Amino acid sequence: MIKEKRQILIFALFALIILLVPLFLKGSYFLNVLVFIGINTLLAVALNLLLGYAGQISLGHAAFFGLGAYVSGILTTRFPVDPWLALLIAAMCAAALAFVIGFPILKLKGHYLAMATLGFGIIMYIFFNETVDWTGGPSGLSGIPNLRLGPLIFDNDRNNYYLIWMITLGVMLLSINLSQSRIGRALRAINDSEVAARVMGVNAHILKVQIFTVSAFISAIAGSLYAYTMTFISPTSFGFNFSVELLTMVIIGGLGSIYGSFLGAAILTMLPEFLRVFRDFDIVIYGLMLILITMFMPTGLIGGLETLFKIIIGKIKGSTARNA
Amino acid sequence: MKRCLFLTVLLSVIFTILFVFMAGTQSIAASPIKIGALFSISGPAAFLGEPERNTAQMVVDEINKAGGIKGRMLELVVIDTQGDPAKAVQGANKLIKDDKVAAIIGPSTTGDSMAVIPVVEKAEIPLISCAAGSKITEPVKKWVFKTAQNDALAVAKIYEYLNKQKISKIAILTVSDGFGSSGREQLVAHAKEFGMDIISNETYGPKDTDMTAQLTKIRAGGAQAIICWGTNPGPAVIARNVKQLGIKLPLFMSHGVSSRKFIELAGDAAEGIILPSGRVIVANQMPNSDPQKKALLSYVNGYKTIYKIEGDHFGGHAWDAMMLLKGAIEKVGDTPSAIRDQLEKTTKFSGIGGTFSYAAQDHAGLTKDAFVLVEVKNQNWKLVK
Repeated sequence: MIKEKRQILIFALFALIILLVPLFLKGSYFLNVLVFIGINTLLAVALNLLLGYAGQISLGHAAFFGLGAYVSGILTTRFPVDPWLALLIAAMCAAALAFVIGFPILKLKGHYLAMATLGFGIIMYIFFNETVDWTGGPSGLSGIPNLRLGPLIFDNDRNNYYLIWMITLGVMLLSINLSQSRIGRALRAINDSEVAARVMGVNAHILKVQIFTVSAFISAIAGSLYAYTMTFISPTSFGFNFSVELLTMVIIGGLGSIYGSFLGAAILTMLPEFLRVFRDFDIVIYGLMLILITMFMPTGLIGGLETLFKIIIGKIKGSTARNA
Repeated sequence: MKRCLFLTVLLSVIFTILFVFMAGTQSIAASPIKIGALFSISGPAAFLGEPERNTAQMVVDEINKAGGIKGRMLELVVIDTQGDPAKAVQGANKLIKDDKVAAIIGPSTTGDSMAVIPVVEKAEIPLISCAAGSKITEPVKKWVFKTAQNDALAVAKIYEYLNKQKISKIAILTVSDGFGSSGREQLVAHAKEFGMDIISNETYGPKDTDMTAQLTKIRAGGAQAIICWGTNPGPAVIARNVKQLGIKLPLFMSHGVSSRKFIELAGDAAEGIILPSGRVIVANQMPNSDPQKKALLSYVNGYKTIYKIEGDHFGGHAWDAMMLLKGAIEKVGDTPSAIRDQLEKTTKFSGIGGTFSYAAQDHAGLTKDAFVLVEVKNQNWKLVK
């Protein structure tokens, strides 16, 4: 019970800081970067549910992200569908697709699952590229409207920031809640040993399909938000590279940690901005940093920093003890 | 309790870093005139972004060496979009809000350009795109111009030549990316106008390494000429495949391969291939009466001295964008709206891509004379007259 209270406290603090940030960033382009961090956090949390909780890898998550973006984009540009309704339809479409392909795909394990999801991602990428009449093909789909809520139009960074972060915070809260629930514990059991979980009476297969579906649902919401924020989408944003980038965010941040997903998304989105001073060498340094983090912080940033923090606290306590 | 403390400390550290970072980058516009540049220097479209960045930097250095514009130096702020629309939008936001640039040149690709258009339109900053897609300036957007030739102009140039040769049955083979799909669209759209009959309409993937299947189908179709639309290395593979299959039909390429790289890749198979291109690759062969000759030679020689390789057609787009900006800033100063109005008034500017004349209803500024037809002869480009 105490543990839960502390969780709520941390989350409230996190949410408060997130909501206060724009007050300090008036007119700065950095607000725009934070909008993208919000979208990426949403995606990283979605993938973390699958990878960090249930231990099932996906190398095709950019496909659900793209599906969300394209369904919303097409419905709002070619049909008079309300953007909010389109967002819901897009999320349902992705969830339905994930549910259908989840049954055969999630029977696979390890490398085979990675291959299957990779294949799915590539198929969807080709689909976005080749159905030119619907998606606009490689040159993209433009003229997607902004979301609006009554008199409020989400067409500037500040409004988009609040919109996206409200949704992201909501999803984060639900995910943290999920990890504390019976389902969360069952998922962890599957992660540790599927056989043991099944022996304990967990219907592993159904549960994996369900979490895959939820993950796709959230990813598609992120995709729709991306489409409405950018007002333009093209297939290059939803390719294999982005799937790998998402995976990197989750792993760098820390598997199974929701705040870790935020850290991973924030670092990977901001790092190129910081590294711009290195000009042409930025990619080298970027790669080097990722290697160093994975080498010295195998549990991800959140785990690594926690260990570091404990060491420092230990040192301080040690020295004060000696002084006394 | 330790964990709680840890997370609190962690969060505060992150946000401190964040604030320090943004405080550090928020500088007040100093006296140099800042020009933003969005180029895809890395990623799949690096072959566009790299020469463009090099060229833009070269032009800025040249202007500064000559004393700047009315005594004020230029500063080029380059951002790599990696060919990713989201990064292009972030970059554009940084250039506008943080660097407070007077104008932006680039992006290199049509996708990136379409993505940043809403941003510059809202911020009211002039953008001179270096991408070819006709969607960029059709319909006309108030703040957006472009220097790369529309694909429709290249198509017209090829069709005109085919008319002269009395060829009307054609096969088209296009790559399935932004460049190829735009080319395919234009090839189909203008076919009727020139009395062309498209017998085969095939596509190939950007990473394909063998196109014999498509070419065999084309051969069976009975076309009189093949038009291929793509960027390296695909078209070089097609040139080789055509030779291997012993297909005797004349082969046409697009301006997407008008760089020496294509001849290197295709080797002997390149012989006799005809393509529309900007004048830059045949700068020396242009008659002295050509209004572009002076600009062409200055660009080609300047680029070769600095970067040790030949300047190409793509770098030329950045040269034109920089020079158009320079012309506008010289006349009206560095306020974005004045630059935009002056750009729109620019007429008969002879650059690398052609002779530009912008107007309120035309922000692309070129006619089909921007292209010449060139043929590969003895491993070199030769102007087709």
